Amino acid sequence: MTTTVAATMRDRFISTASTLLDEDPRLAVVLADISATGFDAAAAAHPDRVINVGIREQLLIGATGGLALTGVRPIAHTFGSFLVERPFEQVKLDLGHQGVGAVLVSALGSYDWPAGGRTHMSPADVALLDTLPGWTVHVPGHPDEAELLLRDAAAADGLVYVRLSLQQNAEARPITPGRFLTVRQGRGGPVVIAVGPVLDDVLAAVAGLDVTVLYASTVRPFDSAALRGALADRANADVVVVEPYLAGASTPFVAEALADRPHRVLGLGVSRQELRHYGTMQEHIAAHGLDARSLRERISAWAV
Amino acid sequence: MTLTTAEADTHTYPHARTFDDLPGLMGRMTGADKHGPAASSTLDVLWVLYDRVLRIAPEAADDQARDRFLLSKGHGPMAYYAVLAAKGFIAPELLETFGGYDSPLGHHPDRTLIRGVEIGSGSLGHGLPLGVGTALGLRAQGLIDPAVWVLVGDAELDEGSNHEAIAYAGAVRLDRLHAVVVDNQSATHGWYGGIASHFAAAGWSTATVDGRDHAALYEAFTQPHPGRPHAVVAVVEPKN
Repeated sequence: MTTTVAATMRDRFISTASTLLDEDPRLAVVLADISATGFDAAAAAHPDRVINVGIREQLLIGATGGLALTGVRPIAHTFGSFLVERPFEQVKLDLGHQGVGAVLVSALGSYDWPAGGRTHMSPADVALLDTLPGWTVHVPGHPDEAELLLRDAAAADGLVYVRLSLQQNAEARPITPGRFLTVRQGRGGPVVIAVGPVLDDVLAAVAGLDVTVLYASTVRPFDSAALRGALADRANADVVVVEPYLAGASTPFVAEALADRPHRVLGLGVSRQELRHYGTMQEHIAAHGLDARSLRERISAWAV
Repeated sequence: MTLTTAEADTHTYPHARTFDDLPGLMGRMTGADKHGPAASSTLDVLWVLYDRVLRIAPEAADDQARDRFLLSKGHGPMAYYAVLAAKGFIAPELLETFGGYDSPLGHHPDRTLIRGVEIGSGSLGHGLPLGVGTALGLRAQGLIDPAVWVLVGDAELDEGSNHEAIAYAGAVRLDRLHAVVVDNQSATHGWYGGIASHFAAAGWSTATVDGRDHAALYEAFTQPHPGRPHAVVAVVEPKN
Protein backbone atom coordinates (compact mmCIF):
# COMPACT_ATOMS: atom_id res chain seq x y z
CA MET A 1 0.00 0.00 0.00
CA THR A 2 1.02 3.58 -0.37
CA THR A 3 2.73 4.71 2.75
CA THR A 4 4.15 7.96 3.96
CA VAL A 5 6.88 7.55 6.53
CA ALA A 6 9.01 10.06 8.33
CA ALA A 7 12.03 9.55 6.07
CA THR A 8 10.97 10.87 2.70
CA MET A 9 12.79 10.72 -0.60
CA ARG A 10 13.26 14.48 -0.34
CA ASP A 11 14.98 14.00 3.04
CA ARG A 12 17.22 11.42 1.43
CA PHE A 13 18.02 13.79 -1.40
CA ILE A 14 19.20 16.41 1.07
CA SER A 15 21.41 13.98 2.99
CA THR A 16 22.74 12.30 -0.15
CA ALA A 17 23.49 15.54 -1.98
CA SER A 18 25.20 16.93 1.13
CA THR A 19 27.42 13.85 1.28
CA LEU A 20 28.13 14.02 -2.44
CA LEU A 21 29.29 17.63 -2.07
CA ASP A 22 31.92 16.36 0.37
CA GLU A 23 32.96 13.60 -1.98
CA ASP A 24 32.98 15.26 -5.40
CA PRO A 25 34.37 18.78 -5.91
CA ARG A 26 32.73 18.86 -9.34
CA LEU A 27 29.23 19.09 -7.82
CA ALA A 28 27.15 22.11 -6.83
CA VAL A 29 23.61 22.32 -5.47
CA VAL A 30 21.43 25.16 -6.74
CA LEU A 31 18.28 26.08 -4.82
CA ALA A 32 15.42 28.54 -5.00
CA ASP A 33 14.60 28.70 -1.27
CA ILE A 34 12.75 25.35 -1.26
CA SER A 35 14.65 22.88 0.98
CA ALA A 36 17.31 25.54 1.62
CA THR A 37 17.35 25.11 5.40
CA GLY A 38 18.08 21.42 4.89
CA PHE A 39 21.31 22.43 3.20
CA ASP A 40 22.49 24.85 5.90
CA ALA A 41 25.27 22.55 7.07
CA ALA A 42 26.38 21.77 3.52
CA ALA A 43 26.36 25.48 2.69
CA ALA A 44 28.56 26.21 5.68
CA ALA A 45 31.00 23.53 4.54
CA HIS A 46 30.86 24.47 0.85
CA PRO A 47 29.78 28.11 0.58
CA ASP A 48 30.64 28.35 -3.12
CA ARG A 49 28.92 25.10 -4.07
CA VAL A 50 25.57 25.46 -2.29
CA ILE A 51 23.85 28.32 -4.05
CA ASN A 52 20.41 29.66 -3.12
CA VAL A 53 19.18 32.24 -5.64
CA GLY A 54 15.98 33.02 -3.71
CA ILE A 55 12.52 32.70 -5.22
CA ARG A 56 13.83 33.10 -8.78
CA GLU A 57 13.22 30.00 -10.84
CA GLN A 58 14.28 31.38 -14.22
CA LEU A 59 17.59 32.24 -12.58
CA LEU A 60 17.66 28.83 -10.88
CA ILE A 61 17.87 27.12 -14.26
CA GLY A 62 19.86 29.87 -16.01
CA ALA A 63 22.52 29.82 -13.30
CA THR A 64 22.50 26.03 -13.42
CA GLY A 65 23.29 26.27 -17.13
CA GLY A 66 26.06 28.78 -16.49
CA LEU A 67 27.61 26.58 -13.81
CA ALA A 68 27.58 23.66 -16.22
CA LEU A 69 29.27 25.78 -18.90
CA THR A 70 32.26 26.15 -16.58
CA GLY A 71 32.53 22.41 -15.99
CA VAL A 72 30.58 22.12 -12.74
CA ARG A 73 28.00 19.32 -12.39
CA PRO A 74 25.01 21.28 -11.02
CA ILE A 75 22.10 19.73 -9.12
CA ALA A 76 19.10 22.07 -9.16
CA HIS A 77 16.12 21.50 -6.90
CA THR A 78 12.69 22.85 -6.12
CA PHE A 79 9.09 21.70 -6.46
CA GLY A 80 8.29 20.22 -9.87
CA SER A 81 5.92 23.06 -10.72
CA PHE A 82 8.73 25.56 -10.40
CA LEU A 83 11.60 23.40 -11.64
CA VAL A 84 10.22 22.22 -14.97
CA GLU A 85 6.93 23.95 -15.74
CA ARG A 86 7.61 27.56 -14.78
CA PRO A 87 11.13 27.85 -16.30
CA PHE A 88 10.54 25.46 -19.17
CA GLU A 89 12.23 27.67 -21.76
CA GLN A 90 15.30 27.87 -19.53
CA VAL A 91 15.31 24.06 -19.35
CA LYS A 92 15.10 23.95 -23.14
CA LEU A 93 17.66 26.66 -23.92
CA ASP A 94 19.97 27.14 -20.92
CA LEU A 95 20.59 23.41 -20.58
CA GLY A 96 19.74 21.47 -23.74
CA HIS A 97 20.50 24.09 -26.36
CA GLN A 98 23.78 25.06 -24.70
CA GLY A 99 24.82 21.43 -24.93
CA VAL A 100 25.48 21.07 -21.20
CA GLY A 101 24.39 18.53 -18.62
CA ALA A 102 22.66 18.99 -15.28
CA VAL A 103 20.64 17.14 -12.67
CA LEU A 104 17.18 18.43 -11.81
CA VAL A 105 15.62 17.02 -8.64
CA SER A 106 11.97 17.79 -7.97
CA ALA A 107 9.65 17.33 -5.03
CA LEU A 108 5.87 17.25 -4.54
CA GLY A 109 5.09 15.46 -7.81
CA SER A 110 1.52 15.36 -9.04
CA TYR A 111 -0.56 15.14 -5.86
CA ASP A 112 1.71 15.17 -2.81
CA TRP A 113 0.23 18.31 -1.26
CA PRO A 114 -3.36 18.45 -2.47
CA ALA A 115 -4.33 20.97 0.20
CA GLY A 116 -1.96 23.30 -1.64
CA GLY A 117 -4.03 23.00 -4.79
CA ARG A 118 -3.21 23.07 -8.47
CA THR A 119 -0.36 25.57 -8.18
CA HIS A 120 1.82 23.00 -6.42
CA MET A 121 0.98 20.03 -8.64
CA SER A 122 3.18 19.16 -11.63
CA PRO A 123 1.61 16.17 -13.36
CA ALA A 124 2.95 17.37 -16.74
CA ASP A 125 6.66 17.45 -15.86
CA VAL A 126 7.65 14.17 -17.51
CA ALA A 127 5.50 14.85 -20.59
CA LEU A 128 7.14 18.25 -20.98
CA LEU A 129 10.64 16.79 -20.76
CA ASP A 130 9.56 14.23 -23.35
CA THR A 131 9.38 17.10 -25.86
CA LEU A 132 13.13 17.69 -25.43
CA PRO A 133 16.04 15.51 -26.51
CA GLY A 134 18.40 13.66 -24.23
CA TRP A 135 16.68 13.58 -20.86
CA THR A 136 17.05 10.64 -18.52
CA VAL A 137 14.09 10.47 -16.11
CA HIS A 138 14.36 8.59 -12.83
CA VAL A 139 11.20 8.03 -10.76
CA PRO A 140 12.34 6.24 -7.60
CA GLY A 141 9.77 4.58 -5.37
CA HIS A 142 11.74 4.42 -2.14
CA PRO A 143 14.42 6.54 -0.41
CA ASP A 144 17.05 3.83 -0.95
CA GLU A 145 16.29 3.85 -4.67
CA ALA A 146 16.35 7.64 -4.66
CA GLU A 147 19.85 7.61 -3.18
CA LEU A 148 21.11 5.09 -5.69
CA LEU A 149 19.64 7.01 -8.62
CA LEU A 150 20.87 10.37 -7.29
CA ARG A 151 24.39 9.01 -7.01
CA ASP A 152 24.15 7.62 -10.52
CA ALA A 153 22.86 10.97 -11.83
CA ALA A 154 25.57 12.95 -10.06
CA ALA A 155 28.30 10.75 -11.52
CA ALA A 156 26.92 11.04 -15.06
CA ASP A 157 27.39 13.92 -17.49
CA GLY A 158 24.05 14.33 -19.25
CA LEU A 159 20.62 15.75 -18.51
CA VAL A 160 18.92 13.87 -15.71
CA TYR A 161 15.58 14.50 -13.99
CA VAL A 162 14.95 12.82 -10.65
CA ARG A 163 11.30 12.95 -9.64
CA LEU A 164 10.81 12.58 -5.89
CA SER A 165 7.44 12.07 -4.24
CA LEU A 166 5.97 11.61 -0.80
CA GLN A 167 4.25 8.53 -2.18
CA GLN A 168 6.54 5.56 -1.81
CA ASN A 169 6.62 1.79 -1.70
CA ALA A 170 7.12 -0.19 1.51
CA GLU A 171 10.37 -1.73 0.34
CA ALA A 172 13.18 -0.77 -1.98
CA ARG A 173 13.71 -3.01 -4.99
CA PRO A 174 17.09 -4.19 -6.36
CA ILE A 175 17.01 -1.74 -9.24
CA THR A 176 19.61 -1.01 -11.89
CA PRO A 177 19.58 2.59 -13.21
CA GLY A 178 18.14 2.67 -16.71
CA ARG A 179 16.55 -0.80 -16.56
CA PHE A 180 13.08 -2.11 -15.83
CA LEU A 181 12.99 -4.82 -13.17
CA THR A 182 10.73 -7.85 -13.46
CA VAL A 183 9.00 -8.07 -10.08
CA ARG A 184 6.30 -10.55 -11.04
CA GLN A 185 6.30 -13.08 -13.87
CA GLY A 186 2.93 -13.99 -15.40
CA ARG A 187 2.22 -16.83 -17.81
CA GLY A 188 0.37 -15.13 -20.62
CA GLY A 189 -1.64 -12.13 -19.49
CA PRO A 190 -0.83 -8.44 -19.85
CA VAL A 191 2.46 -6.84 -18.98
CA VAL A 192 1.93 -4.05 -16.45
CA ILE A 193 4.66 -1.44 -16.16
CA ALA A 194 4.55 0.26 -12.74
CA VAL A 195 6.50 3.50 -12.57
CA GLY A 196 8.16 4.34 -9.25
CA PRO A 197 5.91 4.89 -6.24
CA VAL A 198 2.80 3.27 -7.74
CA LEU A 199 4.36 -0.20 -7.55
CA ASP A 200 2.79 -1.32 -4.26
CA ASP A 201 -0.68 -0.31 -5.39
CA VAL A 202 -0.16 -2.05 -8.72
CA LEU A 203 0.99 -5.28 -7.03
CA ALA A 204 -2.01 -5.20 -4.72
CA ALA A 205 -4.30 -4.52 -7.67
CA VAL A 206 -3.14 -7.50 -9.72
CA ALA A 207 -3.04 -10.03 -6.87
CA GLY A 208 -4.32 -13.33 -8.25
CA LEU A 209 -4.39 -12.08 -11.84
CA ASP A 210 -2.20 -13.57 -14.55
CA VAL A 211 -0.02 -10.56 -15.31
CA THR A 212 3.66 -9.76 -15.53
CA VAL A 213 4.76 -6.66 -13.61
CA LEU A 214 7.78 -4.66 -14.68
CA TYR A 215 9.03 -1.99 -12.31
CA ALA A 216 10.35 1.22 -13.90
CA SER A 217 12.41 3.37 -11.55
CA THR A 218 13.99 4.83 -14.67
CA VAL A 219 11.34 5.63 -17.27
CA ARG A 220 13.46 7.53 -19.83
CA PRO A 221 15.17 6.22 -21.77
CA PHE A 222 12.31 3.74 -21.99
CA ASP A 223 13.58 0.20 -21.53
CA SER A 224 12.11 -1.18 -24.75
CA ALA A 225 14.26 -4.29 -24.59
CA ALA A 226 12.76 -5.27 -21.24
CA LEU A 227 9.22 -4.78 -22.53
CA ARG A 228 9.88 -6.74 -25.71
CA GLY A 229 11.54 -9.48 -23.67
CA ALA A 230 8.55 -9.74 -21.36
CA LEU A 231 6.26 -10.10 -24.37
CA ALA A 232 8.53 -12.40 -26.36
CA ASP A 233 6.54 -15.59 -25.95
CA ARG A 234 3.10 -13.97 -25.88
CA ALA A 235 0.55 -14.37 -28.64
CA ASN A 236 -0.94 -11.03 -27.62
CA ALA A 237 0.93 -7.88 -26.72
CA ASP A 238 -1.25 -6.22 -24.08
CA VAL A 239 0.55 -3.54 -22.11
CA VAL A 240 -0.61 -1.41 -19.20
CA VAL A 241 1.47 1.51 -17.96
CA VAL A 242 0.68 2.96 -14.54
CA GLU A 243 2.55 6.19 -13.87
CA PRO A 244 2.21 8.79 -11.11
CA TYR A 245 2.00 11.72 -13.55
CA LEU A 246 0.03 12.59 -16.68
CA ALA A 247 -1.84 9.54 -17.95
CA GLY A 248 -0.54 8.21 -21.23
CA ALA A 249 2.85 9.90 -21.01
CA SER A 250 4.61 6.61 -21.80
CA THR A 251 2.08 5.33 -24.32
CA PRO A 252 4.06 6.63 -27.36
CA PHE A 253 7.16 4.85 -26.07
CA VAL A 254 5.27 1.56 -25.78
CA ALA A 255 3.96 2.04 -29.31
CA GLU A 256 7.46 2.71 -30.59
CA ALA A 257 8.87 -0.35 -28.81
CA LEU A 258 6.15 -2.54 -30.31
CA ALA A 259 5.86 -0.88 -33.72
CA ASP A 260 6.52 -4.16 -35.50
CA ARG A 261 3.73 -6.15 -33.86
CA PRO A 262 0.06 -5.67 -33.11
CA HIS A 263 -0.45 -4.50 -29.58
CA ARG A 264 -2.86 -2.84 -27.21
CA VAL A 265 -1.87 -0.32 -24.58
CA LEU A 266 -3.69 1.15 -21.59
CA GLY A 267 -2.10 4.27 -20.14
CA LEU A 268 -3.13 4.97 -16.56
CA GLY A 269 -1.99 7.98 -14.58
CA VAL A 270 -3.03 11.41 -13.44
CA SER A 271 -5.98 12.81 -15.36
CA ARG A 272 -5.55 15.91 -17.48
CA GLN A 273 -8.65 17.44 -15.94
CA GLU A 274 -8.17 19.60 -12.86
CA LEU A 275 -9.87 18.03 -9.88
CA ARG A 276 -10.36 21.32 -8.01
CA HIS A 277 -10.37 19.46 -4.71
CA TYR A 278 -8.06 19.79 -1.72
CA GLY A 279 -7.81 16.99 0.84
CA THR A 280 -5.16 14.27 1.11
CA MET A 281 -2.74 12.55 -1.24
CA GLN A 282 -4.62 9.27 -0.81
CA GLU A 283 -7.89 10.95 -1.79
CA HIS A 284 -6.27 12.32 -4.94
CA ILE A 285 -4.69 8.98 -5.83
CA ALA A 286 -8.15 7.44 -5.59
CA ALA A 287 -9.74 10.30 -7.54
CA HIS A 288 -7.33 9.63 -10.40
CA GLY A 289 -8.21 5.93 -10.25
CA LEU A 290 -4.72 4.96 -9.14
CA ASP A 291 -5.56 3.26 -5.83
CA ALA A 292 -5.33 -0.54 -5.76
CA ARG A 293 -9.08 -1.16 -6.02
CA SER A 294 -9.56 1.23 -8.94
CA LEU A 295 -6.51 -0.14 -10.72
CA ARG A 296 -7.79 -3.70 -10.37
CA GLU A 297 -11.16 -2.74 -11.85
CA ARG A 298 -9.65 -0.78 -14.74
CA ILE A 299 -7.00 -3.35 -15.63
CA SER A 300 -9.40 -6.31 -15.31
CA ALA A 301 -12.06 -4.66 -17.44
CA TRP A 302 -9.54 -3.77 -20.14
CA ALA A 303 -7.71 -7.11 -20.18
CA VAL A 304 -10.80 -9.24 -20.81
CA MET B 1 31.91 25.70 -48.60
CA THR B 2 34.01 23.37 -46.46
CA LEU B 3 35.60 25.85 -44.11
CA THR B 4 35.22 25.31 -40.41
CA THR B 5 35.87 27.72 -37.61
CA ALA B 6 38.91 25.70 -36.61
CA GLU B 7 40.48 26.59 -39.92
CA ALA B 8 40.39 30.31 -39.29
CA ASP B 9 43.40 31.58 -41.18
CA THR B 10 45.28 33.51 -38.55
CA HIS B 11 48.38 33.58 -40.73
CA THR B 12 46.74 35.39 -43.58
CA TYR B 13 44.63 37.45 -41.22
CA PRO B 14 46.76 38.13 -38.16
CA HIS B 15 45.41 40.05 -35.22
CA ALA B 16 46.43 43.28 -36.83
CA ARG B 17 42.99 43.98 -38.26
CA THR B 18 41.49 47.22 -37.09
CA PHE B 19 38.09 48.71 -36.45
CA ASP B 20 38.14 50.05 -39.99
CA ASP B 21 38.15 46.47 -41.33
CA LEU B 22 34.80 45.65 -39.71
CA PRO B 23 32.48 47.23 -42.31
CA GLY B 24 34.19 45.20 -45.03
CA LEU B 25 33.82 42.00 -42.98
CA MET B 26 30.15 42.78 -42.36
CA GLY B 27 29.77 43.37 -46.06
CA ARG B 28 30.77 39.77 -46.70
CA MET B 29 27.56 38.76 -44.88
CA THR B 30 25.23 41.31 -46.43
CA GLY B 31 26.75 41.90 -49.82
CA ALA B 32 26.75 45.63 -49.14
CA ASP B 33 30.00 47.57 -49.22
CA LYS B 34 29.00 50.38 -46.94
CA HIS B 35 27.14 50.52 -43.67
CA GLY B 36 25.90 53.66 -42.03
CA PRO B 37 26.60 54.42 -38.40
CA ALA B 38 23.41 52.64 -37.37
CA ALA B 39 24.32 49.39 -39.15
CA SER B 40 25.09 47.86 -35.82
CA SER B 41 24.44 49.26 -32.39
CA THR B 42 26.88 46.82 -30.84
CA LEU B 43 29.88 47.27 -33.13
CA ASP B 44 31.92 49.73 -31.07
CA VAL B 45 31.21 48.00 -27.78
CA LEU B 46 32.22 44.64 -29.23
CA TRP B 47 35.38 46.04 -30.76
CA VAL B 48 36.62 47.74 -27.61
CA LEU B 49 35.90 44.62 -25.55
CA TYR B 50 37.64 42.23 -27.94
CA ASP B 51 40.48 44.58 -28.82
CA ARG B 52 41.41 45.91 -25.42
CA VAL B 53 39.50 44.37 -22.52
CA LEU B 54 38.74 40.66 -22.84
CA ARG B 55 41.57 38.23 -22.15
CA ILE B 56 40.62 35.70 -24.79
CA ALA B 57 42.32 34.45 -27.92
CA PRO B 58 41.48 31.91 -30.62
CA GLU B 59 44.37 29.67 -29.64
CA ALA B 60 43.15 29.60 -26.03
CA ALA B 61 39.41 29.48 -26.61
CA ASP B 62 39.05 26.58 -24.18
CA ASP B 63 41.42 27.89 -21.49
CA GLN B 64 39.56 27.74 -18.17
CA ALA B 65 41.28 30.97 -17.08
CA ARG B 66 39.93 32.97 -20.03
CA ASP B 67 37.46 35.79 -19.65
CA ARG B 68 33.94 34.91 -20.81
CA PHE B 69 31.93 37.07 -23.20
CA LEU B 70 28.26 36.13 -23.47
CA LEU B 71 26.30 37.76 -26.27
CA SER B 72 22.82 37.70 -24.77
CA LYS B 73 21.27 39.93 -27.40
CA GLY B 74 21.68 37.38 -30.15
CA HIS B 75 19.70 39.35 -32.69
CA GLY B 76 21.74 40.96 -35.45
CA PRO B 77 24.99 39.10 -34.83
CA MET B 78 26.79 40.45 -37.91
CA ALA B 79 28.88 42.86 -35.87
CA TYR B 80 29.78 40.00 -33.51
CA TYR B 81 30.82 37.69 -36.34
CA ALA B 82 32.81 40.50 -37.96
CA VAL B 83 34.71 41.07 -34.72
CA LEU B 84 35.28 37.33 -34.27
CA ALA B 85 36.66 37.20 -37.82
CA ALA B 86 38.86 40.24 -37.25
CA LYS B 87 40.26 38.61 -34.12
CA GLY B 88 40.93 35.25 -35.76
CA PHE B 89 38.15 33.15 -34.17
CA ILE B 90 36.47 32.44 -37.50
CA ALA B 91 37.72 32.51 -41.08
CA PRO B 92 36.58 35.63 -42.93
CA GLU B 93 35.57 33.43 -45.86
CA LEU B 94 33.03 31.80 -43.59
CA LEU B 95 31.12 35.08 -43.30
CA GLU B 96 29.80 34.58 -46.81
CA THR B 97 27.90 31.49 -45.64
CA PHE B 98 25.89 33.56 -43.12
CA GLY B 99 22.48 31.96 -42.55
CA GLY B 100 23.08 29.02 -44.89
CA TYR B 101 21.98 25.49 -44.07
CA ASP B 102 25.49 24.19 -43.46
CA SER B 103 26.87 27.42 -42.09
CA PRO B 104 27.88 27.65 -38.42
CA LEU B 105 26.88 31.32 -38.59
CA GLY B 106 23.17 31.66 -37.94
CA HIS B 107 21.12 34.78 -37.51
CA HIS B 108 21.36 33.83 -33.85
CA PRO B 109 24.64 32.27 -32.69
CA ASP B 110 24.95 28.64 -31.59
CA ARG B 111 27.85 27.99 -29.22
CA THR B 112 28.16 24.37 -30.31
CA LEU B 113 28.92 25.44 -33.89
CA ILE B 114 31.46 28.23 -33.36
CA ARG B 115 34.58 27.89 -31.26
CA GLY B 116 34.94 30.91 -29.00
CA VAL B 117 31.21 31.63 -28.79
CA GLU B 118 30.30 31.06 -25.16
CA ILE B 119 26.50 30.77 -25.40
CA GLY B 120 23.81 30.14 -27.94
CA SER B 121 21.35 33.03 -27.82
CA GLY B 122 18.41 34.49 -29.65
CA SER B 123 15.60 34.23 -27.13
CA LEU B 124 16.04 37.33 -25.00
CA GLY B 125 16.84 37.34 -21.32
CA HIS B 126 19.02 34.26 -21.03
CA GLY B 127 22.52 35.75 -20.99
CA LEU B 128 22.54 37.42 -17.60
CA PRO B 129 21.29 34.33 -15.72
CA LEU B 130 23.82 32.20 -17.62
CA GLY B 131 26.45 34.79 -16.76
CA VAL B 132 25.54 34.59 -13.08
CA GLY B 133 26.02 30.83 -13.20
CA THR B 134 29.26 31.19 -15.11
CA ALA B 135 30.67 33.58 -12.51
CA LEU B 136 29.52 31.25 -9.72
CA GLY B 137 30.98 28.22 -11.47
CA LEU B 138 34.38 29.84 -11.95
CA ARG B 139 34.45 30.93 -8.30
CA ALA B 140 33.45 27.44 -7.15
CA GLN B 141 36.54 26.10 -8.92
CA GLY B 142 38.84 28.71 -7.41
CA LEU B 143 39.05 30.70 -10.64
CA ILE B 144 38.55 34.14 -9.12
CA ASP B 145 40.37 36.10 -11.81
CA PRO B 146 38.41 35.57 -15.05
CA ALA B 147 35.84 38.26 -15.80
CA VAL B 148 32.39 37.42 -17.13
CA TRP B 149 30.86 39.94 -19.55
CA VAL B 150 27.27 39.84 -20.78
CA LEU B 151 26.02 42.07 -23.59
CA VAL B 152 22.30 42.86 -23.39
CA GLY B 153 20.08 45.34 -25.20
CA ASP B 154 17.91 47.99 -23.57
CA ALA B 155 14.74 46.37 -24.94
CA GLU B 156 15.98 42.96 -23.89
CA LEU B 157 15.80 44.20 -20.30
CA ASP B 158 12.01 43.98 -20.65
CA GLU B 159 12.40 40.25 -20.00
CA GLY B 160 11.90 39.56 -16.30
CA SER B 161 14.62 36.92 -16.15
CA ASN B 162 17.21 39.72 -16.35
CA HIS B 163 15.87 41.24 -13.17
CA GLU B 164 16.15 37.97 -11.30
CA ALA B 165 19.84 37.95 -12.26
CA ILE B 166 20.43 41.65 -11.58
CA ALA B 167 18.87 41.51 -8.11
CA TYR B 168 20.69 38.32 -7.12
CA ALA B 169 24.10 39.34 -8.47
CA GLY B 170 23.94 42.65 -6.65
CA ALA B 171 22.80 41.07 -3.40
CA VAL B 172 25.62 38.49 -3.31
CA ARG B 173 28.22 40.99 -4.60
CA LEU B 174 29.13 38.91 -7.62
CA ASP B 175 31.96 41.20 -8.60
CA ARG B 176 33.36 39.19 -11.50
CA LEU B 177 30.09 39.70 -13.37
CA HIS B 178 29.86 42.58 -15.84
CA ALA B 179 26.95 43.71 -17.97
CA VAL B 180 27.14 46.03 -20.93
CA VAL B 181 23.75 47.37 -21.98
CA VAL B 182 23.69 48.67 -25.53
CA ASP B 183 21.01 51.34 -25.31
CA ASN B 184 19.49 52.32 -28.63
CA GLN B 185 16.27 53.37 -26.89
CA SER B 186 14.30 50.52 -28.41
CA ALA B 187 12.44 49.41 -25.25
CA THR B 188 8.79 50.10 -25.93
CA HIS B 189 8.11 51.60 -22.52
CA GLY B 190 11.60 52.91 -21.78
CA TRP B 191 13.28 52.65 -18.41
CA TYR B 192 11.96 55.08 -15.82
CA GLY B 193 14.84 56.81 -14.10
CA GLY B 194 17.35 55.55 -16.65
CA ILE B 195 18.76 52.08 -17.16
CA ALA B 196 21.74 52.50 -14.85
CA SER B 197 19.50 53.36 -11.91
CA HIS B 198 17.92 49.91 -12.05
CA PHE B 199 21.34 48.27 -11.71
CA ALA B 200 22.49 50.76 -9.08
CA ALA B 201 19.40 50.12 -6.95
CA ALA B 202 20.34 46.43 -6.95
CA GLY B 203 23.84 47.17 -5.69
CA TRP B 204 25.79 47.28 -8.93
CA SER B 205 28.53 49.68 -9.88
CA THR B 206 27.43 51.57 -12.99
CA ALA B 207 28.70 53.85 -15.72
CA THR B 208 26.78 55.42 -18.60
CA VAL B 209 28.81 56.46 -21.64
CA ASP B 210 28.65 57.25 -25.34
CA GLY B 211 28.50 53.84 -26.99
CA ARG B 212 30.47 55.10 -30.00
CA ASP B 213 33.34 56.66 -28.00
CA HIS B 214 36.07 54.04 -27.75
CA ALA B 215 38.07 55.86 -25.10
CA ALA B 216 34.99 56.39 -22.94
CA LEU B 217 33.94 52.77 -23.37
CA TYR B 218 37.39 51.54 -22.41
CA GLU B 219 37.45 53.72 -19.32
CA ALA B 220 33.98 52.49 -18.28
CA PHE B 221 34.87 48.85 -18.94
CA THR B 222 38.03 49.02 -16.85
CA GLN B 223 36.67 51.06 -13.97
CA PRO B 224 37.39 49.37 -10.62
CA HIS B 225 34.29 48.06 -8.85
CA PRO B 226 35.43 46.18 -5.74
CA GLY B 227 32.76 44.00 -4.17
CA ARG B 228 30.10 44.82 -6.74
CA PRO B 229 29.10 43.63 -10.19
CA HIS B 230 29.55 46.31 -12.82
CA ALA B 231 27.15 47.56 -15.48
CA VAL B 232 28.10 49.82 -18.38
CA VAL B 233 25.26 51.48 -20.28
CA ALA B 234 26.51 52.28 -23.78
CA VAL B 235 24.18 54.81 -25.36
CA VAL B 236 23.96 54.84 -29.16
CA GLU B 237 21.65 56.43 -31.71
CA PRO B 238 17.96 55.60 -31.28
CA LYS B 239 16.82 52.62 -33.30
CA ASN B 240 13.86 54.55 -34.67
